[in-house]
Amino acid sequence: MSVQMKFAEEFRDPVAARGVLAAIARVVDQIGATKEKPVHVMEICGGHTHAIFRYGLDKLTPPGLEFIHGPGCPVCVLPMSRIDEVIEIAERPGVIMTTFGDAMRVPGHRKSLMQAKADGADIRMVYSPLDALELARRHPDREVVFFGLGFETTTPSTALTLLQAAADGQTNFSIFCNHITVPPPIKALLDDPHMVLDGFVGPGHVSMVIGLRPYDFIARDYHKPVVVAGFEPLDLLQSVLMVLEQIRDGRAAVENQYSRVVPDEGNPVSIAACAEVYEPRPTFEWRGLGEIDASGLRIRPKYAAFDAEVKFGVGYGMGARSAAEPEAEGCRCGDVMTGRIKPHACPQFGKGCTPEMPLGALMVSSEGACSAYYQYGGLRLEETV
Amino acid sequence: MCLGIPGQIVEIADTERKLAIVEVMGVRRQVNVACILKDEPIESLIGAWSLIHVGFAMSRINEEEAALTLDILRQLGEAQEEVEAMRASERMLAS
Ligand code: SF4
Repeated sequence: MSVQMKFAEEFRDPVAARGVLAAIARVVDQIGATKEKPVHVMEICGGHTHAIFRYGLDKLTPPGLEFIHGPGCPVCVLPMSRIDEVIEIAERPGVIMTTFGDAMRVPGHRKSLMQAKADGADIRMVYSPLDALELARRHPDREVVFFGLGFETTTPSTALTLLQAAADGQTNFSIFCNHITVPPPIKALLDDPHMVLDGFVGPGHVSMVIGLRPYDFIARDYHKPVVVAGFEPLDLLQSVLMVLEQIRDGRAAVENQYSRVVPDEGNPVSIAACAEVYEPRPTFEWRGLGEIDASGLRIRPKYAAFDAEVKFGVGYGMGARSAAEPEAEGCRCGDVMTGRIKPHACPQFGKGCTPEMPLGALMVSSEGACSAYYQYGGLRLEETV
Repeated sequence: MCLGIPGQIVEIADTERKLAIVEVMGVRRQVNVACILKDEPIESLIGAWSLIHVGFAMSRINEEEAALTLDILRQLGEAQEEVEAMRASERMLAS
């Protein structure tokens, strides 16, 4: 299908999209950005990465604009050691481990959850932590553990499930907590002297929970624009335009393109539940990025009865950890994650590493940059050859 | 898992636990609505649309926004995945 046809079929409002694309081209020109010296805009959220590739937005926008794909896929940044630990718990007698399906194929040092299940561990995919709690009610003789992971969008659901379990006095239910927060890795990237970033497209659904204020430091301390965006291609293009206009005008502010879903102040019930249940860990490891201060959450001591790390004595500070995580041979996940190289520049891309047999986590989830490239980008690359 | 999916609240299941039944692309399931409740009685949510994230209603949206978001999720292949995950979880609990 030609780009023109795709355009007419896939944009809800092709006329508006054309208008925004023309405006983007104009502002990129006004900034003086070129293919050789592009302006770099990072989309933080993996959902945005997926949408950019799905709609070919990187191909429709001028070469003077370069998208850098941020670390916003929770499955992709989960370190191997946490997979090892969740498997260690899952393999204990009497345990039922519950997890979102996305996490099943993430490789650990020894194996993935999928392989552990094939080896006999009782690992079950759930849609919601509520289903894990229900499983605990139905199996009072077993220990049901929920593998909690995700950014601020999913963090409240785990917290509210824990609070429900506590209210019910459920004693055979616990959470292996891997929840992480968006702002600290952004700060880490901004502090990286090799990183070139001119502005950010902010995550829509994360912001629906936390609101806009947690991004203030990006505008205030680093003088970079942030525009919180929806997932529709037109939303994304409009947000990119808003970022570019700020850059052109020498402004840096946090703006909300997605106000029809994202209230500036976030969701107070979610924020309160998270404050009640979690506290920040001093540090948490991100695959490809290393340890980042205060970027992960753990369960507060008052809810220790529901903390799988305490219950099973497995987790941060409980066992030997390899300080720096060695990547598999030839993997460039870290460089892709920080935007230094594009996925197809990794020697393993599409060879040793495919969505069916991922070597690195960026290939696992449809929100990972490598998987998105593989699904959509690879084809287009061939077309242009 | 991160994008969620729009659903319409069709029934209240448990007032105390703030549980309601939503319909998502023809599939019904129980969700927690604590995050979208302000001071109003829970019954007033019937008919409302919300973004549903892993079993929790996270943000009220209007019907038009719901339709728009569903379209995008379908094109991204995420809608089908989400509904399949709901069904699989239900089957798992029933087994
Ligand atoms: S292709 Fe695979 S190994 Fe290479 S960077 Fe991507 S996920 Fe990592």
